[in-house]
Amino acid sequence: MIVGTWSPASQGAESASEELLVSFDQSRTHRVLILPALFDEANTLRRFTLSVMRALDASGVDSALPDLAGMNESLVPMRDQSLTRWRTQLGGLVESFGATQVLAMRGGAMLAPASLPGWRYAALDGPKLLATLLRARVVNAREAGRSETREALLEEGRVMGLRLAGWDFGAKMVCELENEQLAPASSHRAIDQSRLGGPGLWLRAEPDEDEDQARALADIVIADIGDAADPSS
Amino acid sequence: MSSNPDVQDTVGFNESTKPSAARAPGHDTEALLKTVLADVLGIAAQAADALEADSGLFGHLPELDSMAVAGLLTEIEDRLGIVIEDDEVDGEMLETFGGLLAFVDAKVVES
Repeated sequence: MIVGTWSPASQGAESASEELLVSFDQSRTHRVLILPALFDEANTLRRFTLSVMRALDASGVDSALPDLAGMNESLVPMRDQSLTRWRTQLGGLVESFGATQVLAMRGGAMLAPASLPGWRYAALDGPKLLATLLRARVVNAREAGRSETREALLEEGRVMGLRLAGWDFGAKMVCELENEQLAPASSHRAIDQSRLGGPGLWLRAEPDEDEDQARALADIVIADIGDAADPSS
Repeated sequence: MSSNPDVQDTVGFNESTKPSAARAPGHDTEALLKTVLADVLGIAAQAADALEADSGLFGHLPELDSMAVAGLLTEIEDRLGIVIEDDEVDGEMLETFGGLLAFVDAKVVES
């Protein structure tokens, strides 16, 4: 495993931040860009995601997992981020890493570049992701004796931004999440949770691991790569 | 945490296994609720099966925070095909397994 960094492409005069990049890189033929699950699910699925990468490595496939600007170890504010901005930045990483495929986890599917073939694992769209974050905030408020509604929060968030589950979202991110549907998966094959033989680890209240599920996901990717390399099979 | 194939067989994730709106409350709802709680809390199916009406949930289990509760409610909605409104969510329904089960049963009847 290589712990390095990548520089999200800067826009205009703005200087690029340096973000974490965890990779398994032996300059092999197949190089999978891993797009992490977003926000709270990034934490609960981090270990699982790395386990998938280790399993891919053991089968001779390179992979790279970037920190998105504003997430994980990033020093730049989440408030300045948006899905559009992340997509633009990832375009640069696709080039610099020389990615041949993409594997997107959950909400990461919203960022998967259409230019790359690949997979989306248990994909989640913006409205659904946002709804759960809003619900957590409303539940928290009710527990604290305050009354909040999703509608009022959203109305404010579209203009002012919104703090949800500890994330300080800017207005643009709120608006994008509210409207971001998943593109039809023409080049990205859907991998449903049911194929992994257990419940999704994103459901866990606390991060957990499951080597069998990680291997199952990696095996699906490896099998598809094999099929693509040998169309007669 | 290993998976439990027995549970998977009864509560699947596929469209084809999603329950219909006409699903009857009672034993099925209780089994499903226990499965979802096992998935959220990362406990074995047997431990979830031991949950009783007065078993404490929100406010009793430190790991069951507001984010976990939000995920739990969303998962219940998905697997049962019901919609839970924010103003229906209160401390009483979330405090015990019995409270949550009674609420979900009522929603299933309603749907």
